[in-house]
Amino acid sequence: MQTTRTNDLLRFTEKGIYCEKAGIYIDPWRPVDKALITHGHADHSRWGHKSYLATESAAPVIKYRLGNIKIQTIAYGKSININGVEFSFHPAGHIIGSAQIRASYKGDTWVASGDFKLEDDGISEAFEPVKCNTFITESTFGLPIYDWKPQQEIFDDINQWWRSNAAEGKVTFITGYSLGKAQRILNGLDTSIGKIYTHGAVENINEVIRNQGIKLPETTRVSQEIPVKDYTSNLVLAPPGAINSAWMKKFKPLSIGIASGWMALRGARRRRAAERGFVLSDHVDWKDLNTAIKETEAERVIVTHGYTKIYTEYLKEQGLDAEAAQTEFTGESLDGEATESNEESKSPTT
Amino acid sequence: MKRFAQLFNQLDQTTKTLKKVEYLVAYLREASDKDKLWTIAILSHRRPKRTVKTSLMRVWASELAQVPLWLFEESYHVVGDLAETIALVLPPPSQQHTKTLTEWIDIIKSLDKQEEDYKKKVVLEAWSGLDYNERFVFNKLITGGFRIGVSQKLIMRAVAQYEEQEESAMAHRLMGNWTPDTISYEELIRSENPLDDISRPYPFYLAYAVESETSQLGDVSEWQLERKWDGIRGQVIVRDNEIFVWSRGEELVTDKFPEYHPLAELLPNGTVLDGEILPFEDGMPLSFNILQTRIGRKNLTKKILQSAPIVLMCYDLLEYNGEDIRSQPLVDRRKLLEQLLEAHPTNGICLLSERVDVNDWKEAAKERAKSRSLLSEGLMIKRLDSEYKIGRKKGDWWKWKVDPLTIDAVMLYAQSGHGRRANLFTDYTFAVWDGDQLVPFTKAYSGLTDKEFNQITAWVRKNTKEKFGPVRSVNPELVFEIAFEGINESKRHKSGISLRFPRMLRWRKDKPVKEANTLADLKKMLDLYG
Ligand SMILES: [Zn+2]
Repeated sequence: MQTTRTNDLLRFTEKGIYCEKAGIYIDPWRPVDKALITHGHADHSRWGHKSYLATESAAPVIKYRLGNIKIQTIAYGKSININGVEFSFHPAGHIIGSAQIRASYKGDTWVASGDFKLEDDGISEAFEPVKCNTFITESTFGLPIYDWKPQQEIFDDINQWWRSNAAEGKVTFITGYSLGKAQRILNGLDTSIGKIYTHGAVENINEVIRNQGIKLPETTRVSQEIPVKDYTSNLVLAPPGAINSAWMKKFKPLSIGIASGWMALRGARRRRAAERGFVLSDHVDWKDLNTAIKETEAERVIVTHGYTKIYTEYLKEQGLDAEAAQTEFTGESLDGEATESNEESKSPTT
Repeated sequence: MKRFAQLFNQLDQTTKTLKKVEYLVAYLREASDKDKLWTIAILSHRRPKRTVKTSLMRVWASELAQVPLWLFEESYHVVGDLAETIALVLPPPSQQHTKTLTEWIDIIKSLDKQEEDYKKKVVLEAWSGLDYNERFVFNKLITGGFRIGVSQKLIMRAVAQYEEQEESAMAHRLMGNWTPDTISYEELIRSENPLDDISRPYPFYLAYAVESETSQLGDVSEWQLERKWDGIRGQVIVRDNEIFVWSRGEELVTDKFPEYHPLAELLPNGTVLDGEILPFEDGMPLSFNILQTRIGRKNLTKKILQSAPIVLMCYDLLEYNGEDIRSQPLVDRRKLLEQLLEAHPTNGICLLSERVDVNDWKEAAKERAKSRSLLSEGLMIKRLDSEYKIGRKKGDWWKWKVDPLTIDAVMLYAQSGHGRRANLFTDYTFAVWDGDQLVPFTKAYSGLTDKEFNQITAWVRKNTKEKFGPVRSVNPELVFEIAFEGINESKRHKSGISLRFPRMLRWRKDKPVKEANTLADLKKMLDLYG
């Protein structure tokens, strides 16, 4: 389905996004020798490569998740030359350390953006547009039905909901990805309402992030030693997979909320039977996606995941040279399985 | 309208019945009588007549959102709901309207037979001053389909609580042929004589499936056993020399079954029968498929009526000589039913649902096992001293269905779902072996857990052979056990068969593809049960 043109600097192969000239892959989904990694989510940084290159702030989580790997780091904006191809990493605003990877060779510039969002969330390094000839983009929420509100409005809603739960003596149970969404929610919580407890999968990531010198609000790991009544009127932050797990059962009475871009859709809210759905995503919405592409001034766009086919059609109509590529990226999955696989399975059973 | 939109949102976001009733009662306390009446009407599927074509609304919405129409349609496909899609794509409101629900409905009604330009002006003006929730509700008022898991029973409970009345009295009042145009809230809920509407049916009493061993129901002699027939549950009312036929979906379907019309003459006034609208010929029921051929047809030609003959299989008598006898025990109602049908022959239009007499539950199980060959769905078990209750209640009436038929089949195609499942492959096409060929024979899209759908989606992505629009053909490697309720011959399908209510029972990870069932197996089932 994707057209690979003979002179393409980056090509889509069975293993990932490949730069033949430099002999490296970007976010490969099969084991390779040299991998350049946009960010630490499981569908972008996978296990089994011989060497990794990521930003300084992305590396700790990648190391934590993948264990004993050979990883080098690079500062945002700094170039390195690999076999004549110039590579640099630029903030993608998706999660802490997330990057768009720029590759340039003889005036032909490509940007592989991984996952990204334009809104400055105050915790991830804010997105910077990078001019290029070819832009490789996601389209997780690439339809006009997705239109995010400013995050402060969502945080206000979340805090309001927590406050009224607290008044009723309920535990506030909110879910978001362990990596990224959880820290973003944490940063938006009004800690004067009560205490914040965390699921082990979330707390493990929090520890890694605190260790790299980033401040997060105080949290307490849920454990068996904590009397159940201590949770009353407080908040528990957990990954999506914890909903309806045995682990969740001890918090009662509780009110469940889910923070995800998919909560924009009524069907998704209803199916999860959560009391509240908060539309909060670490991916661009429709407007920002179009803005981002315009700002790159790229004449060619390759769409890697999400509504690839539809969005490609739209871009073509806008006069761009656009195509869809087949990858194994998943973007934001409501159940968090694809993006978080290993944290989920590592979660404590208590 | 804000308050109604809020109510809608509240009802939509909880699955707890108690909470829903609470929200409804709170709403009834605040709303005007007019808004109350419309709210009850809308929640019981009595929406105002459609005055704006949805095709126009799509065009206007995509214009306002500045997206091409095809992209709007693609978005609609993902969302799965037109009113919601429109509300999602529209730009933010530029003003704030404060009209009530009833006022908006009057505006929508006033659009009937107006010029397209005028309609557009009114709808755009409305959108420009409503927030997301209000827009969604406004669009729903035009397009219909307020599906928010609020049953008739739940509305009735809320109204009863608010009015401080008996639930059963309220239930009866809320049934029937009324619309907010023909009645006021005061008349519907509080008037002395709610029976003025001679077409008004009684709420149906519905059975739960047997939960454990039938022996736990106690002595079989305390129960009446009948066959469970596979037609459309219906209520036939004869009052004032008129006949009314209601389906279980609370739809007046008198016109669809002209065969019953002579009952207006043949049965005494003040008679209400509960029974099954059943396709039937030569002393035997026919397959439900036959009935389906005439449902939904506007024009019931002689030919159609002849090819799909029906009877009314009578289960129960609810009104006798104009008297509501629902609180009498079943055994007495049954006696009256038998007497009625004997005293008033109906030329075979009405049949009495035969009792299945057994000495113990073992014999009952044997009778149940005969079901499929009798084209019956199983047995009904009703307590002899049971009254005729309202809605689905446990304890006195049980249905004891036969186990579904099953077959192991191979997945050939996968298609993505709607809404939240837009990114998952949830709709599959299955095949069985015919020699060394795989012949597709059914689709199914439910029965698996979210986790399984996730796993299969990942598998589909890696095992796609070809893409045709949203459909992918996949390597024939996964085997599923498909359950279904019935099997019929079909000329439209390549396999020559069609299934009733097919769904996935489980993913047979243990089963090699070669061991999936064959077309010959299906044909055998068709011979036995078709
Ligand atoms: Zn990501």
